[in-house]
Amino acid sequence: MKCRVCGQEANISLRAYNTALCADDFTFFLEKRVSDTIQKYHLVEKNDTPIVAVSGGKDSLSIWHILNKLGYGADGLYVDLGIGDYSRESLEKIKKMAETLKCKVFVFHIRKIFERSIDEIAKTIRRVPCSACGMIKRYVMNKVCIDKGYNVLITGHNLDDEAAALMGNLLYWKEEYLWKKSPLLEGREGHLSRKVKPLFLCSEREMAAYALISQIDYIYEECPFSVNAKSLTYKAILNNLEETSPGTKLQFIKGYLKMVKGGEETTRDITYCASCGYPCYGDKCNMCRLLERFHIENKIDFAVYGGQP
Amino acid sequence: MSYKLPFLPISPFPLSSLYIVLRLCYEKAMKIELDGKAYEIEKPMEVSRLLQQFSLSRETHLVIVNDRLVTEDHRLVRDDRVKFIRVVSGG
Repeated sequence: MKCRVCGQEANISLRAYNTALCADDFTFFLEKRVSDTIQKYHLVEKNDTPIVAVSGGKDSLSIWHILNKLGYGADGLYVDLGIGDYSRESLEKIKKMAETLKCKVFVFHIRKIFERSIDEIAKTIRRVPCSACGMIKRYVMNKVCIDKGYNVLITGHNLDDEAAALMGNLLYWKEEYLWKKSPLLEGREGHLSRKVKPLFLCSEREMAAYALISQIDYIYEECPFSVNAKSLTYKAILNNLEETSPGTKLQFIKGYLKMVKGGEETTRDITYCASCGYPCYGDKCNMCRLLERFHIENKIDFAVYGGQP
Repeated sequence: MSYKLPFLPISPFPLSSLYIVLRLCYEKAMKIELDGKAYEIEKPMEVSRLLQQFSLSRETHLVIVNDRLVTEDHRLVRDDRVKFIRVVSGG
């Protein structure tokens, strides 16, 4: 296959776009796609102070790299779940990227606050690890924005993540989540940060190719608790469809974006936590309840690595 | 008591030649890496065919040949180092 732009030997075929590109033209294509998504949906403005939630995987490290390349000086945040070598190796790769980008990375060590790992916390509160992890991560990501003065939180959710989540919400008709899959989720002044997903239209395959071509050193291993995740089953189904009908995932998400403009958001009455001000549905948020449960009075604090000297 | 040597068949190739031939065959095979495991294939083929042989989808795996990302129509030859990269992450 030849690159559609320069005619040299192609490095990746993009069947959803009926094209093939060499490494240089693919890098340009993907970065432009991210830049266009940011501008079209007004995800990050030039005077914003963005922070990227990084996990050490290909998507979050790549978006961190791309944003800084595009001139949006973004720092990073990592939630260390305390899962042995997996967490240690992830943190090493994140620190390395922070050094390359000359950016700061805030690290929240779960073990330092709770004195236990995420699976031990989940066991105590009788939740599955992914549920406890999601709850803590959402809280911590918001907390770093509010406390450290960042007004946009960027996540590395890609096209496949969004298509799989949308499929799950449709299959079970989860109306409360169905219309909340936009690339931009508005914040609430002083309580909730704006959340954006610039990789909304970039597939997982494209992101892996970008990371490889750009020599981004990401963690290849998966979180050991994600092995039986339902989202992986949905992704397998969608990839089977994509194999026979290229472009299916993109059409699924683009169609949703057209629908979501006219869709009505179903919201319950939101109040704010009496202890910390985080939006919740009762008098206290889940995180404050969790801290109470473990009799923890420690302030949520972050270690800081990297940054300009 | 005299010691009698066992009978050795006369071969046109000395053992060292056999070693060289085997060694060359080994070195000429394609070395495949998938999820930390190593495989070897001797028959030259296209990447798409190799993906089929390993029951892998082109949507979920990228193929690196000699440290370079390649498309599915790339022709693999003996001595190539092939690595499959799984792209799906979950949770």
